[in-house]
Amino acid sequence: MHSFGYRANALLTFAMTILALMCAMASLSDNFNSPTPSAHVKVVNINRFQKQPKGNDEVSMQLNISADLQSLFTWNTKQVFVYVAAEYETPKNSLNQISLWDGIIPSKEHAKFWIHTSNKYRFIDQGSNLRGKEFNMTLHWHVMPKTGKMSADKIVMSGYHLPDEYR
Amino acid sequence: MGWIGETIDSIKSLQIRQVLTQAVSLGMIVTSALIIWKALMCITGSESPVVVVLSGSMEPGFKRGDILFLHMSKDPIRAGEIVVFNVDGREIPIVHRVIKVHERQDTGEVDVLTKGDNNYGDDRLLYAHGQLWLQRHHIMGRAVGFLPYVGWVTIIMTEKPIIKYILIGALGLLVITSKD
Repeated sequence: MHSFGYRANALLTFAMTILALMCAMASLSDNFNSPTPSAHVKVVNINRFQKQPKGNDEVSMQLNISADLQSLFTWNTKQVFVYVAAEYETPKNSLNQISLWDGIIPSKEHAKFWIHTSNKYRFIDQGSNLRGKEFNMTLHWHVMPKTGKMSADKIVMSGYHLPDEYR
Repeated sequence: MGWIGETIDSIKSLQIRQVLTQAVSLGMIVTSALIIWKALMCITGSESPVVVVLSGSMEPGFKRGDILFLHMSKDPIRAGEIVVFNVDGREIPIVHRVIKVHERQDTGEVDVLTKGDNNYGDDRLLYAHGQLWLQRHHIMGRAVGFLPYVGWVTIIMTEKPIIKYILIGALGLLVITSKD
């Protein structure tokens, strides 16, 4: 009854149970955090606005992004993935989401930032609908935990316009 | 001798009734594992509810050997979500983040472009030749939960099958010789 095998088995099972319980508790403790992030995105300049030979519109722009995401960090947070996307509707598509910039925030100290950048990924429409287009900028974040449940949310900023003519 | 001697003795002293009991309990373990797996498939709606991360393309978020829990719901796919997808002609599923979404007005079909956080460019090079977008049917599920390191067990077992056989053999012996 009290052989080596039994004791090793009991110890291993107990250790695993405690570890799983601690992981679950760490993940659940994230629920007590109610974050209040803030963000602001400004289109500083339209660098290029053209129709590609294939017929799709492409825009290149300069962005000013400032955000304070410090309240997203808890002790179970490994990193926060943050990205800015343009969202708009066209006659063909009910929703178009184009990531323009993204970044990885490794710690709370880096969570309040200001960045001036051109769009990291190409802003290409499916078709030629972008002239004079009104679109929303959304700042999304994706919280990656050390263990447990991942969470995500966004701030929507509206009232952005693309120019009426190519340039 | 000690433990090994006892083990051999207990195998020698097996009775037919005892053998049957052991076989039933072994069967119970196997079937309950199967039931749990199938139940997870039903709950999550994904054909593989748990995947192991095999590459470093999502570092530092997901490292090799981490485990992801998948969920496949009717909810539309949106940019920023981490999805697991299968490309035609490739057997191994890939875990990457969605960076572009185009959803059709009439049919609701989606065109999706993905990228690994740690990769420089998007995934068009990984897709089948000439494929520009992923559609709904390529996607197996989205990642909702995360558990570090546990997946190393499976990675080691697939890369060094001998360890798998030793482990299965040892566990089988333990079940057969247990006496309660």
